[in-house]
Amino acid sequence: MSKVRQQPQYPQESESAQAGDTLLQVRGLEKRFPLSGDFLEQLRFEGGKLKRRQAFVHAINGVDIDVKRGETLCVVGESGCGKSTVARMVMGLLHPTAGEIRYDDRRIDHLSARQLLPYRRRMQMIFQNPYASLNPRMSIQQTLEEPLRFHHPDWSRQQILDKIGEVMVSVGIDPEWGKRFGHEFSGGQRQRIAIARALAVEPEFIVADEPISALDVSIQAQVLNLLMDAQERHHLTYLFITHDLAVVEHFGTRVVVMYLGRVCEVAETRTLFDRPRHPYTQALMSAIPRLDDDGPAHIKLPGEVPTPVNLPSGCVFHGRCPHANDRCRHEIPQLIETQGSQVACHAIEEGRL
Amino acid sequence: MALLEVSNLDVRFALRQGDVKALRDVSFTLDRGERLGIVGESGAGKSVAAFTILNLIAKPGYIADGSIRFDGRELTTMKPRQLQQIRGNKVSMIFQDPMMTLNPVLTIGEQMIECLKAHRRIRRRDAREIALNKLHQVYIPSPERRLDQYPHELSGGMRQRIIIAIALLLDPDVIVADEPTTALDVTIQAEIMELLLELCEKHNVALILITHDLGVVSQVTQRMLVMYAGRVIEQGPTREIINDAEHPYTQGLINALPQMATPGQRLNQIPGSMPSLANTPPGCAFHPRCSFSVDANGERRRDCREVIPTFVRSGNCDVACHMVRELVERHSPEHDASDNGPSEKREAL
Repeated sequence: MSKVRQQPQYPQESESAQAGDTLLQVRGLEKRFPLSGDFLEQLRFEGGKLKRRQAFVHAINGVDIDVKRGETLCVVGESGCGKSTVARMVMGLLHPTAGEIRYDDRRIDHLSARQLLPYRRRMQMIFQNPYASLNPRMSIQQTLEEPLRFHHPDWSRQQILDKIGEVMVSVGIDPEWGKRFGHEFSGGQRQRIAIARALAVEPEFIVADEPISALDVSIQAQVLNLLMDAQERHHLTYLFITHDLAVVEHFGTRVVVMYLGRVCEVAETRTLFDRPRHPYTQALMSAIPRLDDDGPAHIKLPGEVPTPVNLPSGCVFHGRCPHANDRCRHEIPQLIETQGSQVACHAIEEGRL
Repeated sequence: MALLEVSNLDVRFALRQGDVKALRDVSFTLDRGERLGIVGESGAGKSVAAFTILNLIAKPGYIADGSIRFDGRELTTMKPRQLQQIRGNKVSMIFQDPMMTLNPVLTIGEQMIECLKAHRRIRRRDAREIALNKLHQVYIPSPERRLDQYPHELSGGMRQRIIIAIALLLDPDVIVADEPTTALDVTIQAEIMELLLELCEKHNVALILITHDLGVVSQVTQRMLVMYAGRVIEQGPTREIINDAEHPYTQGLINALPQMATPGQRLNQIPGSMPSLANTPPGCAFHPRCSFSVDANGERRRDCREVIPTFVRSGNCDVACHMVRELVERHSPEHDASDNGPSEKREAL
């Protein structure tokens, strides 16, 4: 068998693609992580019988998300709500337990690594921690070369060098620095390099998982600007994972609010910030520390986020929700369209809120 | 008299490559019950400032110059035994990561009792009683049970409440909180900040809050210092600085926040990044990134490049910037610029 890798066949980006089409469609996505080890570790003696006990972390419990071409869809939520898990599943880094992920109308969640290859060029990821996402043993030049060589095996050395020079300039990194290593750069510069690596293969869709959370305020602004410039220049679509609502307000086209592995609200950014509907969104918004004092009074939620090992029945938020009633404790709310937002809340559906 | 008076503090780290100046000429005061914020980006020296107050600077760091007076007593020259009576007793500290602060192999109760017994001659039973009382104050549900739990059994927010309870154990006069909520989610952060604020007000405890989050500072503190490359560059009433910052760096920092820009438009970024402390530019450390340090001909102003700016009074704030000094002096020709040390000014207030 020939060891020479064939030039992968890229599906042609549909000619009629235009802003507003659904680029990524996620339906009924679920992910659980086993907690109880392998088969033997799951066995227990109970009442003289051998029984198998399994426990799972229910990280994602039925998530529907649509990303439209050209938009920035922000996914917000607190730690443990599953936002990063969604990002990783979209990128094919984790396999969903159930549900479908369709990219450009083709199902991609069940593809093999080889079949996924063409999509890997079209979708790229930027990670939170630029200290961890750059290989410490590779120079910047090598870091940027790798994806190009991988996806364009037919390119000449000069073509690759030209491309690297071009992306380095576009993210504000001096091409002279190619021989340096990751540790020689500051956090902001490393994140620029990580962005350059993502942009090098000319993707159309970028998943950014908390790309600025590890950076200082003045550097955050630089990196956000860079992401916005890149979006404009290359007509990129972003799936932007963050916990920082101020960034969302500035940067997002639409927002998905997640809580404990479910979506509680989806809306246009302006709509969401003007009129948060879901009780959890309202609490989240009220908790942002603001520069001025005229923000909304902080809504205190009783208790803490429950463990995703034993999910609450019904609405996952009912234990902390001031508006919960009996129905909330038993029936899982579905996303319903109301006044420009989609909200999963019985209280809103019933007009109690 | 101020409760805590830090003047002209120089802290250095003796490294093989030579001394790194982590703090340069840092002066500030803290009154009883006052809440002071120290703001800056990573590497600005804000944590070193906090550690120095408790003389927690470990080798190779050392205090090269300056004084720290607490309640009239000089801390920099104090013997470790004497310092022990202030550290923990009078000044306590809250760190960023609760999991790093709590001992994972001791129960919450043991850690609290241990702390009390280290500072006071106290019976175990009484110590437990005090610990329980403090857990009540920080609104921990079922505190009796928590005393016998280990840190890993608690959530992040709960752990930080325990840390606050431990900080309050010995009824300190000052709490130094170094990024107390950075590791927490926004909703938990808001709760912890509210709790800290409530307790400080109730017990008249002064708070030094170290953070990079301008939103938190503006909600919690009365006065703030802005640090850049080891120096204080602006200080004054928090409201005044947030609403109308004078120093170009502070302005840049506030304007860089996403909420200060029109949604969808570019953010107002500060070019470049903070210099490393081993390699700070001469003159004003901010000048290579400062748009005001460029004169009409597009050249860097000589004073910005060569002369370290001293504080000038503007409104109720002290600002270390040549441009601000020029503006102030132009508007008040009789203004005497020579004696503008920040410490004199605090007393004039």
